[in-house]
Amino acid sequence: MTGSDSAIPLVRLNGISKHFGEGETRVDALREVSLEVFPRQVVALLGPSGSGKTTLLNVIGCILDPSAGSMELDGELVLHDARWQRGDLRRLRLDKIGFIFQYHNLLPFLDATDNVAVVLQLAGVDIAAARKRAVELLDYLEVGHRKSAMPSKLSGGEAQRVAIARALANSPRIILADEPTAALDSRRAGIVMDLLRKLAVERDAAIIAVTHDEKIFDRFDRIFRLRDGRLE
Amino acid sequence: MNLAYRDIRHNLGRFLLTCMGLGLLLSVVLAMIGIYRGLVVDALTIARAPAVDLWVVEANTRGPFAEASRIPGDIREAVARIADVTAAGSITYQTVETEYQGGKLRLYVIGYELTRPGGPPEIVEGRDIARSHYEMVADRSTGLTLGERVQLGRNTFTVVGLTRHQVNSGGDPAIYITLPDAQKLQFDLAPPAARVQLARGSGGASLDTVNAVVARLHPNASPDATAETIQRWKHLAAITQEAQEVILSRSLVDRARRQIGLFTSLLLAVSAVIIALIIFTMTMEKLKQIATLKLIGASDRTIVGMIVQQALALGLIGFAIGAAIIVNIKDYFPRRVILEPDNVAVLGLIVIAVCLLASGLGVRAALRVDPATALGG
Repeated sequence: MTGSDSAIPLVRLNGISKHFGEGETRVDALREVSLEVFPRQVVALLGPSGSGKTTLLNVIGCILDPSAGSMELDGELVLHDARWQRGDLRRLRLDKIGFIFQYHNLLPFLDATDNVAVVLQLAGVDIAAARKRAVELLDYLEVGHRKSAMPSKLSGGEAQRVAIARALANSPRIILADEPTAALDSRRAGIVMDLLRKLAVERDAAIIAVTHDEKIFDRFDRIFRLRDGRLE
Repeated sequence: MNLAYRDIRHNLGRFLLTCMGLGLLLSVVLAMIGIYRGLVVDALTIARAPAVDLWVVEANTRGPFAEASRIPGDIREAVARIADVTAAGSITYQTVETEYQGGKLRLYVIGYELTRPGGPPEIVEGRDIARSHYEMVADRSTGLTLGERVQLGRNTFTVVGLTRHQVNSGGDPAIYITLPDAQKLQFDLAPPAARVQLARGSGGASLDTVNAVVARLHPNASPDATAETIQRWKHLAAITQEAQEVILSRSLVDRARRQIGLFTSLLLAVSAVIIALIIFTMTMEKLKQIATLKLIGASDRTIVGMIVQQALALGLIGFAIGAAIIVNIKDYFPRRVILEPDNVAVLGLIVIAVCLLASGLGVRAALRVDPATALGG
């Protein structure tokens, strides 16, 4: 575990619960989940289908309101007693969180550079500076030679690297990944996991990934197992 | 970077094909509007051609276009003597069919007195009628050319001049001939029929009958007052130019006008629904991308802007294609298609309004998309 020395966790959940429906139709997706993830940690959320992994990822990503609990992100109390402490969750996501998707989810009408630059532009960076930074990130992820390629022309591994570059564009310290290697073969999955570890160390970031991919379990610093909405 | 533009550029072929389809649909709407306007303008053309203030016709009729009217030719002299009348002319109208290039040619024959009101409003090729008999000025839409000879009744006429846009309310092209020739064509019986009439003792009826007398007034004269003066003669009715135009547009072509008007409205409604469906479908196809944009931090404004800009681009490009198509083919329609700038502008505004309304449906769907959709679970 590389980040255990850091005193302040980047993600701290305290008693997070989430239920859908009421009465007989009530489903408890999360039950008083508490966890901490420190800088430079790469952690996995594991569990069978319906165990609450994606719900937990959505709560940490500030796109789902929990029913109870508190949450700190990067030292800031963003959720207290199930109430968001910031009105603008979009800005919160833009500032603190990067997302990596199962199937890269690159915008098909933008080339690799602009898929990364668009995040910076949404944050208010002018387009020239955004593109310069995007190219730097693509070079850093060793996919700079494909900077002008459209997503449809990229291989699975290249597309996932561009998606990682997009997640890093605003220099977030928390990166949430939803099955980041599901669409890749073993070799490429290993490369992506090595890359995520490198990012966590070099950028002092925390990476939380939902995965079912057994071939990469040994690449995580810590594994949180969920069953019926509870951490085991 | 402009996301709407980049998305369009990425699917340019498909977008242009959609615009082309919309353009064709809007060209039909524009054509119907043009046909509607053409019908109204054509109905008024012949009545406006003499540029007169007053129509004197047979009593108790609304002639000479809406109802048949026959009055003696010498009425023109009586009308000309009325105070405030500066010029008057006798005029006849009739529809004839003749043989032309192996087919039937339907013509609206106008007989007029050469030096008096009632002749062709302009000659675009050739000259006006100079001889008392057997010359004609024809509308270009007849297909006749200068020097051609056409059989009308028992006489042959030579085309000496061409005019344009002179058609009656039914779309038949007009030709102008002298009043005596027109009277002979309309009232002179063929020899066998004349012999029968003579045998019955009703032969020698005067040919000097006209359908109307038209009159121009002093600029300061009141057409209504002059009409009232004429109506004191019990055998005549007088209709002002304004009233004549009302009769033509409200009465003569009213059903056709309303029919086309209703069809145009229906077509416009169908177009609006199709535009709305295209824009809504365009947005629904992008919901996953919209969810991704939301998740990576795009504001509602960014997403709304993208949808609205694409909707407007689709509408405006489609409208431009439609307008270009109809401008280029309108002269090939058998009847006149008149596109007036204000009609085109109104349709353009309607298209913009429909696009905005339709994009509202797409925007509503887009704003409801949960960003979590992008995470696929």
